[in-house]
Amino acid sequence: MPAEAAISGPMRPQPFRVTEVQRELDDVVTLWLAAEDRAPLPFRPGQFNMLYAFAVGEIPISISGDPSRPDALLHTVRRVGAVSSALAQLERGAVLGLRGPFGSHWPVETERGRHLLFVAGGLGLAPLRPAIYRALARPANYAGITLVLGARSPREILYAWQLAGWAAARAMNIHVCVDHAGPEWGGPVGVVTSQFPRALDGIAPDHVSAFLCGPEIMMRHGCGDLEHMGIHPERMWISMERNMKCATGLCGHCQFGAEFVCRDGPVFRYDRVRRLLGIREV
Amino acid sequence: MAHQTIRDILADHPAFLGFEGAALDLIADCGLNMRYRAGDLLFREGDAAETVLILRHGDAAIELAAPGRGTLRVESLHPGDIVDWSWLLPPCRAMSDARAVTDVAAIALDARCVLDKCDEHTELGYRLFRLWLPHLARRVRMQRLQLLDLYGSHAR
Repeated sequence: MPAEAAISGPMRPQPFRVTEVQRELDDVVTLWLAAEDRAPLPFRPGQFNMLYAFAVGEIPISISGDPSRPDALLHTVRRVGAVSSALAQLERGAVLGLRGPFGSHWPVETERGRHLLFVAGGLGLAPLRPAIYRALARPANYAGITLVLGARSPREILYAWQLAGWAAARAMNIHVCVDHAGPEWGGPVGVVTSQFPRALDGIAPDHVSAFLCGPEIMMRHGCGDLEHMGIHPERMWISMERNMKCATGLCGHCQFGAEFVCRDGPVFRYDRVRRLLGIREV
Repeated sequence: MAHQTIRDILADHPAFLGFEGAALDLIADCGLNMRYRAGDLLFREGDAAETVLILRHGDAAIELAAPGRGTLRVESLHPGDIVDWSWLLPPCRAMSDARAVTDVAAIALDARCVLDKCDEHTELGYRLFRLWLPHLARRVRMQRLQLLDLYGSHAR
């Protein structure tokens, strides 16, 4: 049997070519990918792909582009480890391996008529961006759309170029806060939770559906604060990150209680995982 | 618009929620209404901390001057916030700068006056600090999260 026939289905990476590289921050790039056979890869907001840097390794990366444009598959990558560094160094025309899409999605379409609150911290805006695109494509479907974004400093705000456009379009209220700044920064300084009272001023909490993505401690405190403000736990979703390897729920590396993050997540309804978030080292 | 006395202002402010009658009169004796223009310093690190400043309108920021790094803005404050607590902590010197980010209206209470009233009327002191301490605790909790550098290179 030829070696290439030994692996098939979701375990077999397909070749994708880098068609564009956009530098977002000092250590963050967005890769635009297209299948070598030019076939679009439909995905749902919140799903991820396994990206394979040849001879280095494979890691899960959330899809960060517009789900209505499956021909332009975007992944935003921060240079952290060996694989992400290799991916972040790819240039236009390079080829990588891709498996996916995998995982659960942000249920923005089932939350019609409600006020959507997106809460992103740092690179957490990348997995949320497809859901924002989806919501902004039909803003009249929702009572309102609000984004609360936290960043380390003003120069480390992800997609800053796009936030200005979103703000100008006025379809979404945007609150950006940073951990520290110089006096030239006119916006708020503090953690994202400090912006909740202002972001939700005048909005009935039981009309809000919240989608949070960022460091786990941010999501844990954020969900707790939102619940305290009256938002129902079953109307909050978070995106978890674990050590995903197979992406199909077989290998067990990403086990999270009785769930596998790659198969049952990465997007979980908060009330279903709240207890697990409080257990250390799960 | 009818002129608002400092007592009227206190009665409408969340930092004095539930206060009325004689209790409000006692605190109003210590108070002034202050206004600052955007960019004004409310106080500077090392200043005598003799005033309890409580924001009514507009935003302010806590700033620290770090050698070689210039002025760092480390916390934003919004209406309802008590700007600083140095007036409670000997030697009662401001431990940071505070600056108006927008035009600001604030209640300024003479700290010595407030503390004397609280000593004299202990129930007033208990109620006042029961209302104010959660605000302080909330800010401490948020600053602990800030200390974690959540969005650093180790984070997603």
